[in-house]
Amino acid sequence: MSSALLSILPEVVLTVTGVLIMLIDPFFAPTASKKALGWLAVLGTLGAAGATLLQLRSHQILVTFSGSIQMDTFSVFFHLLIASIVLLTLLVSLDYFKPGVTSHSGEYFALVLFGSVGMMLMTCSVELLMVFIGLEISSISTYILAGYRKGQATASESSLKYFLLGSFATAFFLYGIALAFGATGTTSLTGIASGLSITAFPTMAFLALAMMLVGLGFKVSAAPFHVWTPDVYQGAPAPVVGLMSTAPKAAVFAVLLRITATTYSSELLHARWVLLIGIIAVLSMTIGNLGALLQKDAKRMLAYSSIAHAGYLMVAYTALPADSIAAAAFYTAGYAAMNVGAFAVISQLGGYDEPLRTIDDYRGLAQKHPVLAAALAFFLLSLVGIPFTGGFFGKFYVFNAAIGAGHVWLAVLGLLNSGVACFYYLRLLTALYSRQLGEEGGEFEGSSPAAVIAIAGAVLATLLLGVLPGKVLGLAQRGATVQVSRNR
Amino acid sequence: MTIDSSILSLIVFFPTVGAILLALLPANPTLQKWGALVVTLLTFLFTLHLPAHYQYGLSGYQFEVNVPWIASPAIRYHLGVDGLSMWLVVLSGFLAPLGVLISWRAIDRREKLFYTLFLLQQTAMIGVFVALDLFLYYGFWEWSLVPMAILIATFGRTDKRAKAALKYFLYAFIPSAILLVGMLWVYAQTGTFDLPMLQQMAASHSISSNQTALWLASLAFLVAFAVKVPVFPLHGWLSDAIFEAPTAAVMVLAGKLGLYSILRFSFGIFPEQSRQIAPLMIALGAIGIAYGALVALVQKDLKRLAAYSTLGHLSFITLGIFSFTVAGIDGGVYQIINHGISGGALFMLLGALYERYGTYDMRELGGVAQKLPWMVTLFVITALSNIGLPGLNGFVGEFLTLSGSLQTIYVAHPMIWTAIATTGVIFSAGYMLWAVQRIFYGGMGRRPDEVSGWDLDAREQVALWPMAVLFVVMGVASPYWMRAIDSFGAGFINQPVVLNLRIADPHSATNLPGIPVSGTEGGAR
Repeated sequence: MSSALLSILPEVVLTVTGVLIMLIDPFFAPTASKKALGWLAVLGTLGAAGATLLQLRSHQILVTFSGSIQMDTFSVFFHLLIASIVLLTLLVSLDYFKPGVTSHSGEYFALVLFGSVGMMLMTCSVELLMVFIGLEISSISTYILAGYRKGQATASESSLKYFLLGSFATAFFLYGIALAFGATGTTSLTGIASGLSITAFPTMAFLALAMMLVGLGFKVSAAPFHVWTPDVYQGAPAPVVGLMSTAPKAAVFAVLLRITATTYSSELLHARWVLLIGIIAVLSMTIGNLGALLQKDAKRMLAYSSIAHAGYLMVAYTALPADSIAAAAFYTAGYAAMNVGAFAVISQLGGYDEPLRTIDDYRGLAQKHPVLAAALAFFLLSLVGIPFTGGFFGKFYVFNAAIGAGHVWLAVLGLLNSGVACFYYLRLLTALYSRQLGEEGGEFEGSSPAAVIAIAGAVLATLLLGVLPGKVLGLAQRGATVQVSRNR
Repeated sequence: MTIDSSILSLIVFFPTVGAILLALLPANPTLQKWGALVVTLLTFLFTLHLPAHYQYGLSGYQFEVNVPWIASPAIRYHLGVDGLSMWLVVLSGFLAPLGVLISWRAIDRREKLFYTLFLLQQTAMIGVFVALDLFLYYGFWEWSLVPMAILIATFGRTDKRAKAALKYFLYAFIPSAILLVGMLWVYAQTGTFDLPMLQQMAASHSISSNQTALWLASLAFLVAFAVKVPVFPLHGWLSDAIFEAPTAAVMVLAGKLGLYSILRFSFGIFPEQSRQIAPLMIALGAIGIAYGALVALVQKDLKRLAAYSTLGHLSFITLGIFSFTVAGIDGGVYQIINHGISGGALFMLLGALYERYGTYDMRELGGVAQKLPWMVTLFVITALSNIGLPGLNGFVGEFLTLSGSLQTIYVAHPMIWTAIATTGVIFSAGYMLWAVQRIFYGGMGRRPDEVSGWDLDAREQVALWPMAVLFVVMGVASPYWMRAIDSFGAGFINQPVVLNLRIADPHSATNLPGIPVSGTEGGAR
């Protein structure tokens, strides 16, 4: 196999599968069940994961397509992560769309796959224009997916809001690229890394970095670029929220890591960059948690929680290079497992119509659905950061890295924040186990076996990341070494 | 793998295995109760292996298991017990089957959830006592909150249960977050989470040379533990949580975990800073004793009375251990066990009363003695044990803690604080005996008049008599327990510690002795 093909094999597999789904979809009657297409998408994702493992086994760093794609352990880590998220999302979505009610579920699966192609592309691009292309591919799919519960006003609001603000943010990112080109004469990250230390326009270079941070900060819903998040999450279908709150963010965090790595060459720029990120981290944690405290709607609450988690994660970026990359990479994995899981349970409990809105609606659900409630409780505990869960180990690792770099104040603020956060997670948790029943009974239409597998997978992943994090941690650390050694 | 190196893992995780089994079994109440009883009895049986095979002459940790868990950061699966923790493990094992027995009738719905959580709680609690790696310890420490909070939120008595659960969780969780920062800071300085290693470093002053940072870190540890004890004035959660929680949960709610953690981690990693803050803690202990007793005197609700009596008892222990004398620490540890048994028995009896009359309000009770002779017998014995009557267990602990606080060299006038603490003994006799009088004697109260009630049944007798026997045995045969405890207490005190006087204690004008401190005589046995 040519090295060029190997370096983008997962993307190729996904694209081919996505196109195939689009081609087969018209053969189905509009009212027929499109489950078969969903299974095809699952197969495609498994294929992409297999292709990534092939990349991992080749034990090499490939730079292909005129230096715009770099396949390394770092990209493999994020590829595997995104493939896992997409896999869980697809399994949850299989029975989410009811045949006859939603005739447009065929292209749903294709869109998920196309979106993940974009996300994966972002994680292996070392050329800002290629990053931009990946970002756009992934964003456009998620704009559409956000509005997938057609006929609902909130869904249209969700989609439109996401699109308008998203394109605005993308423009910022593009400006950043242009300025970076102005300051260093290149859009390649390796070129920028060496250019930043000798640039004659340090202010312009800093402005370039700041602009890119704005654009990417929007995508990961970091404060103060977070305002779209609650509305979008509230209106979008629950499985899609599980996807878009984790996979695209993981991809963007990977890009941010690569950009952070370019700043290592210039001490001044790096210090400023760390300061910027530190401020955004504190803002996100605080605004996210305080916002979540006030929410009555469960999905909105989890939206604010995701803002806070973006904040915790960004604390990692302020640490020493090797620690920071490994910690951030591990955190994205832990966060993905628990968040996808939580939304999977929510979509199972509610179904397509999502009758469970407020936290009070969740009251007493443990009596009706003890297993699903226990799973949700476990994810919530992981989001709180209770030990022996992926959420805790992620937080532990991030704050350990921050303290290792001497940022004790960031750790204190972050962990105090997680103390505040436990209040609203526990409100949902105690509601689940409450003796009274919520008014909305939540007509439960029989659990979907595929979704149950997905939830079990997410529980297992969350537990494993908390109890035996060694494997994932090792991969993250190897990915980190690649980044550090290349940019030092 | 020998039995000695795997016994602790077995004790810790057997309840979890039991919990998983119960969760998988059908939700049949009888099945769940018996299942939980069998699991807790077996766990208790396993814990008995420890005193049977404990090498009393040796200091240091025994039954150790120490294997790498996560390579980077360096986290080890390190368990072990010493004289401090061994009896606490046995105590946890002993209380659990009694907790199941006393919940037999009190928990009449969702038994599966109750017993599953109860067993998970036991794993977390025993894990706290045996973990010798800071990370592992922190894991168990945090996990001990979760089942308890859900138990309170689900099985609480009144409509305020969810609020009480949240209060309990927040009170404990937020300081724990800061505790985590402290631990991570210690790790950043030393590169290890291993407690024995950290203790050595602490003894040779090589954790950090930054005195301010050491102080802050020691405070992060102490505050988190003090909230969990709770030490006055951090007791805000205690009364509400006890008021709401079911009996079996109340029995393990307060005391042990926090006090153990202070002894193990605050004293172990920050020996100097702990001694320097001793004046403040002794004062808080003495105030807590008097405050707890006075507030208990005016309670009309029995559970709240018992809650403030708990605060008083725990303050006694705080006073004892922060005296930094052998007698004080031995007495404090002994009193932790006593409190588990005496306080546990008190809550069990109150729970039994509640099952009969549906109230904890003393004004609605009265004259019960005529109807329930067994109940009154056991209640009076328990009350006397709680008061600290000579010949019963409470006396040994209180005597030692008071004699320890009298000998302490860390406050200027130990006599004053000891005197304040001693008033607590008098007051506690006051409110306890008054409560006995109001419940059992006098005119027939409204509830006993309406509801006939029934005397202790066989199941309750089985649950309560072992406790009553222990009151006496632990009162007259204390050396049996003291052997192990003293090896910890004396070992700790005799370790020379050079007090660093550059940072003066902000809370006290007392001049601290700047000489190596060696242990004083062990006090009365």
